[in-house]
Amino acid sequence: MVGDSPQRRYWVQTCRLTAVLLVIWFLVTFVGAFFARSLNFTFLGWPFSFYMAAQGSLLIYLLIVYLYARRQRARDIAFGVAEGEHD
Amino acid sequence: MRATLHSALRKESTIDCGARLITPGPAPAASLAAPETGAEAGGHFSLRLRRYYLWFTAGFLLFVLLLGLGERMGLPRVLIGYTFLFATIGLYAGIGIMSRTTDAAEYYVAGRRVPAFFNGMATGADWMSAASFIGLAGSLYLLGFDGLAFVLGWTGGYCLVALLIAPYLRKFGQFTIPDFIGARYGGDLARAIAMVAAITCSFVYVVAQIYGVGLITTHLTNVDFSYGVFLGLAGILVCSFLGGMRAVTWTQVAQCIILLIAYLIPVAWLGLQYTNSPLPQLAYGSVLERLAEREQQLAQDPRERAVREIFLQRAAAADARIAGLPASWQQGPMAARKNIEDLKARRAPLLEVRAAERTLAQYPASPEEARRAWQQEAASYSERGRPLMPHAEPFWSGETDPARAEQERSTKRWNFLALVFCLMAGTAGLPHVLMRSYTTPTVHQARRSMFWSLFFILLLYLSAPALAVLVKFDIYTAVVGKHFSDLPAWVAAWSRIDPAFLRVDDVNHDGIVQLAEMQVGPDIVVLATPEIAGLPYVITGLVAAGGLAAALSTADGLLLTIANALSHDLYFKMINKRASPARRVTMAKVLLLLVALVAAFVSLMRPGDIVSLVGLAFSLAAASLFPALVIGVFWRRANRWGAIAGMLTGFGVCLYYIATRYPFFQSTLGLDPENWQPWFGIEPISSGVFAVPLGFAALIVVSLLTPRPDADSENLVDFVRMPDPKEDANLVSMRNR
Repeated sequence: MVGDSPQRRYWVQTCRLTAVLLVIWFLVTFVGAFFARSLNFTFLGWPFSFYMAAQGSLLIYLLIVYLYARRQRARDIAFGVAEGEHD
Repeated sequence: MRATLHSALRKESTIDCGARLITPGPAPAASLAAPETGAEAGGHFSLRLRRYYLWFTAGFLLFVLLLGLGERMGLPRVLIGYTFLFATIGLYAGIGIMSRTTDAAEYYVAGRRVPAFFNGMATGADWMSAASFIGLAGSLYLLGFDGLAFVLGWTGGYCLVALLIAPYLRKFGQFTIPDFIGARYGGDLARAIAMVAAITCSFVYVVAQIYGVGLITTHLTNVDFSYGVFLGLAGILVCSFLGGMRAVTWTQVAQCIILLIAYLIPVAWLGLQYTNSPLPQLAYGSVLERLAEREQQLAQDPRERAVREIFLQRAAAADARIAGLPASWQQGPMAARKNIEDLKARRAPLLEVRAAERTLAQYPASPEEARRAWQQEAASYSERGRPLMPHAEPFWSGETDPARAEQERSTKRWNFLALVFCLMAGTAGLPHVLMRSYTTPTVHQARRSMFWSLFFILLLYLSAPALAVLVKFDIYTAVVGKHFSDLPAWVAAWSRIDPAFLRVDDVNHDGIVQLAEMQVGPDIVVLATPEIAGLPYVITGLVAAGGLAAALSTADGLLLTIANALSHDLYFKMINKRASPARRVTMAKVLLLLVALVAAFVSLMRPGDIVSLVGLAFSLAAASLFPALVIGVFWRRANRWGAIAGMLTGFGVCLYYIATRYPFFQSTLGLDPENWQPWFGIEPISSGVFAVPLGFAALIVVSLLTPRPDADSENLVDFVRMPDPKEDANLVSMRNR
């Protein structure tokens, strides 16, 4: 795995995606919770920080996992390493 | 490359059809051809499973409906309870018997052909334990916003599993978590340490599950706690003993369906009453607003204040007695006797006289004991004397002094963040969940299976906060402020079963229930929801069956993890490397039985703090396994000595912090809490917040101080980083290498 081999590129791109998604994960979870007391405006009828901790963050987590699976699948196909799929 | 990787699966690991376990008897040709023809046959398998579980769901709903009709026609409640208990355990056992196997790949990883959707369901059931099902909504009820740390931690951890661990473990494609550590870093020592860590955290966890099984069975059928434990144990064992991971997988899918139905029906019903929507998860914002208004009203209520004042006085009295030791201890019994006589003289209710007599009978035997008892008494009274906590306010403090309030809020905030971190990293380190990524056919399916498991987990985790708010609003409006004589029937029923569930005392003798007079146990919130919502008893039975499913499925997965670690990593990889697959499976089964019995024995001793010990399992898993797993994939320079140092440091720091800061161990070890203050005010449940970074640091520093890992390790890193279509579903190519 040296230089500009496909393996190398696959891995660098994977790491980039992982890093971007984990930054979102970190912001939503820890930065959001740290400022929970300040973020007390009303959001769709809920106190914002309560909504985020009880629902918003969870849905974002689901989105993160979904996007990761989707983008990695596209990458597998682009690099010709997609496994035979059943459904 | 290490032998482990290349001789991955032996001939014996036949990739026969999965449908066989669904329809016992001769398997249809199409599914037999699964490994060879790939896509098409796999699609059939998935379709067949879908159809099968759809029928199962319909059948289960019909079963509940029929029992409901039976109740209308006068079927006694005890019978309904027994029917639920035996029908569900029988069902799990049936699936276990149908999926029995002696094949190693089947036994350890369900033949690696569980489609993503079903693997997601099984992982969900594996994950959602008795604590999630029964305890979570209750904790949210009691803790308000701060309880959401559990919700965040137990769901957000899936981002870490899905992005950092699961796909790579699947590509690695072996049997256990210590397998990966052993192959990546080389040598038996790293494997052994990983094994000990995996077993320790799984064992603590499984004891809590079996304890939960006992509680629920007792609740459902009124049998003795120990019978309950062994009955549940039988259900666990038939399933995992006969069919290993294969049986556990298909049982867990069924359990996932049952537990979700059991959780969502009462929530929907209660939601219909308060939000006019069967999806209160979307609509409880309005209830939260009304709850906040009611909270303000109650906070101003003079009667509430009076009750709180009484508690504060009692706390002060206890403090005075502590200050007056040992003289106050000597005078105590006399005062207690006088109190009883006074009560009798003014013809007080019998209950009060009994309570006073109990106080005398349980009078502390020595001044030291008195100090401890009274300290607890003072703490609990001053807790009950605190002002009302607003449900949605983050990091709330009841202190009146601004400086102390600010300090308490800050401590709570850091503890919240620390707990979220530990639960997340723990999720990504707990072997029974990670093991499930071995069971999918491909790397892509492993990624998708993580999506589905989080999806099913969210069905419950989005409902729990809604349920907590709805139940709280119900209690604050339908119970608080009512006269003792016209309380809803469920209040009396549950306080009669066990005061730990619910206790209401008329502290200020005004005949009206004040909020401060209620003591709500965390378990009642979920268990009593059907009755609060006015649903028939059959739904109460359903909820208990759901709790049982949650506890059993988690216990299954954990027991399998422990037994597999012992049979595969210890016996096969370290003691007898030439053991035949059949012998390994037999060994695994024997060990499973032993571990289950030991776990049942430990839970029979009813270790009081076991539920909070579950939290410790997360810190342990986070500190010992998470760094070694992640770094193993993402940093090729990490080597054996680094991994060993990292795991030992994480595990050691975690254990040290727990042993010296956790009240239960403090008193066991005879440590004075005064000298063993927590670091930065962080609770011992979150010890991982120190141990994980230290573990990472040790791993990195020691790796850099020692030579590079050998070529085998580096090849393995390259191997796991990228999927390879030649080694997908059937693993045939791997076997032939």
